[in-house]
Amino acid sequence: MCDTCGCNITAGNQHLIRPGGKFERTASGAESVDVLRGLLSENDHQAAHNREHFDGHGVLAVNLMSSPGAGKTALLEATIQALAGELRIGVIEGDLETENDAERIRRHGVPAIQIATGTACHLDAHMVHDAVHGLALDELDIVFIENVGNLVCPASFDLGQHRNITLLSVPEGDDKPAKYPVMFRAADRILLTKSDLLPVLDDFDPERARACVRDLATPAVMQTVSVKNGEGMAEWLEWLRAERAAQGERVARGESARPAVQPDGAHLHAHTGAPAR
Amino acid sequence: MHELSVCQALIGQVETIARRESAARVTVIHLAIGPLSGVEPELLRRAWPLAAGATIAEEAELLIEAADIRVECSVCGAESAAKANRLLCGECGDWRTRLVSGDEMLLTRLELERNGGVQHGDTGATTEDSRHV
Repeated sequence: MCDTCGCNITAGNQHLIRPGGKFERTASGAESVDVLRGLLSENDHQAAHNREHFDGHGVLAVNLMSSPGAGKTALLEATIQALAGELRIGVIEGDLETENDAERIRRHGVPAIQIATGTACHLDAHMVHDAVHGLALDELDIVFIENVGNLVCPASFDLGQHRNITLLSVPEGDDKPAKYPVMFRAADRILLTKSDLLPVLDDFDPERARACVRDLATPAVMQTVSVKNGEGMAEWLEWLRAERAAQGERVARGESARPAVQPDGAHLHAHTGAPAR
Repeated sequence: MHELSVCQALIGQVETIARRESAARVTVIHLAIGPLSGVEPELLRRAWPLAAGATIAEEAELLIEAADIRVECSVCGAESAAKANRLLCGECGDWRTRLVSGDEMLLTRLELERNGGVQHGDTGATTEDSRHV
């Protein structure tokens, strides 16, 4: 476990336990209860198990995060329609209440499991684990996890996904990445949604949004997309196809992948020791 | 907010460790929380009593060390301080940096009471030596 083997000691915290460091173990401190363990290590452990499960079935798992109403479900509906007959998709929906989003997805002939989180503002790896067992993974190529609409909490919980997508819709304003850095830093790709509104909401400057993202020191690409007029859909679908193909190649090599940015030490929590990325 | 979930996860870990150490009571819990962890220390403190009630850590004090954000530049190699929404190199200004610290969300140390005594992992600088077992 991670509290005994030292795998939690990372570049960010090793100064605490180095000789002279704050938590250095001394002769007189023989009864020390130094821990250095991630607060969410139980969740991370479950997430690693989920990821193994996806990998075992050759499935690519993509976590969609955004504020409520940024267009996650609409994007999924358009994606499912566009990839019908090409890639088999399953969806895990997270909301505080209602089965509405899962019903929207099922209308397209795609399996969807709704997680009603009650008061919880995010999905965690245990909730996703229960939902995963409701999906026939052998019959799927991509599982989308539509997280609870929230620009804060979902970023802190690994679910076992391979990639994170964060949506920023035009009506929200171009400085959201500066206001919610943890969320946008977690993204492997940022989708600027409802781009058909750009001519109307002309105070939104995509270049300003892009600069805010760059300030977060992330290489994540930001692209515009509109499910209304189809702008950017081809680029998004091409990214998905490439990620799906890459996942197939990784699985064949016995490897796995994680989102580029992980909480401190989480990249060392590999369940099997398989290379992370 | 998700701080209550974090507190509940923390309690689970604290109880496991306290059992392993045969502790009667947990007195102090040391955490390291970075600004980029997504967890707000003040909200964590407020959520703590809700999660800790009727547990072995009911009366434990939460001591939270707020780690600084520091980045290392992949271009010029400099290490510098940074802000949560501006993680650029402080020397050359390039965006290609690696986070050195600032996203920690760690349980670093527990102080326990066992058989009427106090156990802790410090050198004694902050705790009275007379309380050592």
